[in-house]
Amino acid sequence: MSRTDSKSTTFVMERESIAPPLAVNGLTAAYQKKPVLRGVSFTVTEGELVGVIGPNGAGKSTMMKAALGLIPRLSGEVLVYGKPYKQQRKLVGYVPQRESVDWDFPTNALDVVMMGRYGHLGLFGRPGAKERAIALECLAKVGMADFASRQISQLSGGQQQRVFLARALAQDASLYFMDEPFAGVDAATEKAIITLLQELKQEGKTVIVVHHDLATVEEYFDSVLLLNVEVMGYGKTKDVFTQDLLQRTYGGRLAFLDRSGLAQPDITKG
Amino acid sequence: MTGAGWRSRTSRKGERIMNTLWALLHDPNMRWIFISCTLLGLSSGVIGCFSYLRKQSLMGDTLAHAALPGICIAFMLTGTKSILYFLIGAGLAGVVATFGIGLITRHSRIKHDSAMGIVLSGFFGLGIVLLTIVQHGGYGNQAGLDKFLFGQAASMIGSDVLTLSIVSLFLITICYFLFKQFKLVSFDPGFAKGIGYSVGFYEQLLMLLMVVAVVVGIQAVGVILVASLIITPAVSARYWTDRLGVMVAVSGVFGAISGATGAIVSSTASSLPTGPLTVLAATALFVLSLLFGSKRGLLIRRLVQQRMKRRLGFAYEEQAATASVDERINKEAAL
Ligand SMILES: Nc1ncnc2c1ncn2[C@@H]1O[C@H](COP(=O)(O)OP(=O)(O)OP(=O)(O)O)[C@@H](O)[C@H]1O
Ligand SMILES: [Mg+2]
Repeated sequence: MSRTDSKSTTFVMERESIAPPLAVNGLTAAYQKKPVLRGVSFTVTEGELVGVIGPNGAGKSTMMKAALGLIPRLSGEVLVYGKPYKQQRKLVGYVPQRESVDWDFPTNALDVVMMGRYGHLGLFGRPGAKERAIALECLAKVGMADFASRQISQLSGGQQQRVFLARALAQDASLYFMDEPFAGVDAATEKAIITLLQELKQEGKTVIVVHHDLATVEEYFDSVLLLNVEVMGYGKTKDVFTQDLLQRTYGGRLAFLDRSGLAQPDITKG
Repeated sequence: MTGAGWRSRTSRKGERIMNTLWALLHDPNMRWIFISCTLLGLSSGVIGCFSYLRKQSLMGDTLAHAALPGICIAFMLTGTKSILYFLIGAGLAGVVATFGIGLITRHSRIKHDSAMGIVLSGFFGLGIVLLTIVQHGGYGNQAGLDKFLFGQAASMIGSDVLTLSIVSLFLITICYFLFKQFKLVSFDPGFAKGIGYSVGFYEQLLMLLMVVAVVVGIQAVGVILVASLIITPAVSARYWTDRLGVMVAVSGVFGAISGATGAIVSSTASSLPTGPLTVLAATALFVLSLLFGSKRGLLIRRLVQQRMKRRLGFAYEEQAATASVDERINKEAAL
């Protein structure tokens, strides 16, 4: 994407400070009483693809929501490019694990993707030809160009997910949170999406991805955050994605580790 | 049927009807009432789309019924029948009602819709009591407050008509300029918040617009039925399109037709109340939409289904046959 409207130039200027895209410090969050995240701290380097790995219920989605202020946090600090998220909203894109929209709403795929541009329009600005072109381009990137005028309830689950991914792309953010973008998409689409994420990376954008398939972690991500209520490990993939740390993260439930070719059979059995 | 062709044809037909109506409406006073009811229907139809899509259909009803005691108290205090005071009274009553609903849902296990039902009937009961007091009490100029139950457009005076028209235009203007905000807040409030929209503000604003539409509509359509002028056109419009912009426009047109019909018929056919006629017109449009709507109407669905069946009929039957055989084999195997 080589769009250079005035807005993104200001973004570039804001980003010139050395502040990292995301700095999480001592983040603790709870739904009822029991904390589902405890003292989570990590700092993301600009231009990286970061994988967030952990078992079901580890708090991966909660971490993203708490970082984005969608659920209140008990303690801790989250800085986006050195400032609180509230001041940096336009720099951040988020694709939730499950969209909770009204699927029956009178809107089609193209229209949803155009919503990604609303943040760049003024108070009374209306999406026009330019927004439409960008939206079409983003739909094409996720392989959904043929479905542009489909009402959204008439798309398959994977297609719906791709539409919302395209909306995030249309936002032209600098830091993306994507909660399991590969869940329920076919192999070809997964390939297309990872190529897309790599393109974003090349543009200097930072993408944080919740991911479940351990077999592809080393191939996809520069850094890895191992999460299970607490941070079990964070760093470059080759340093952190180790048997030992994975074992601790998943607490022995690692039968499917052998698919990644990492674990020896005797370890997975124990 | 292409959208453009359909639109131009209706507008041509609409023009003809308008001309006949114009001739009918010799009385300039009646003409203004006609215009204001049309505008009222238009704005209610537009606002209604957002209420409907935000699943607040019942809220409009609650606010309308809650408005009655507010109007009565406003009249008792000021002794005048001015839309402005009524608006304030009804608005305050609406706030109290909303607050009451919140209180009930928070401090009991009663669900939101039941709470609305309770508040709605409670306020309406109070309104009827106050109305009776006003009718029998020593309030001069009281004749006509009962018109607020079913609406009587013909009883509106010049200033009422002017207020109604201006407020309606104002509502439409706001919806035009804040269309994208209203759309996003209705569709995906989480995302709207994410890109920095103050979702709370826009939700409050939409609610306020609905209160205003309800209150200004009361004199013409009546407390009991004004909410259906907000919801019915929106529901009907949804049968014709999968685009919000088109839906809002169609809903506005449906509302306008309903309002105009109500005003015309009630003024020509002796003293029929406006509200029921308006709502009947809206309901007729709903039935038409339900049957013939170009996107979700029963007829179009049946046609599509039949065409599919004819094309795939053979394949389906074959598949069904093999499936049932498979099933039988599976069952036997299970036994
Ligand atoms: N709305 C909620 N109310 C109460 N508890 C919740 C809520 N959402 C999540 N939890 C709990 O918080 C914990 C973390 O949930 P979270 O959704 O963050 O897990 P996750 O790591 O994203 O899991 P998954 O891989 O299944 O998506 C879980 O134990 C879950 O039961
Ligand atoms: Mg999750």
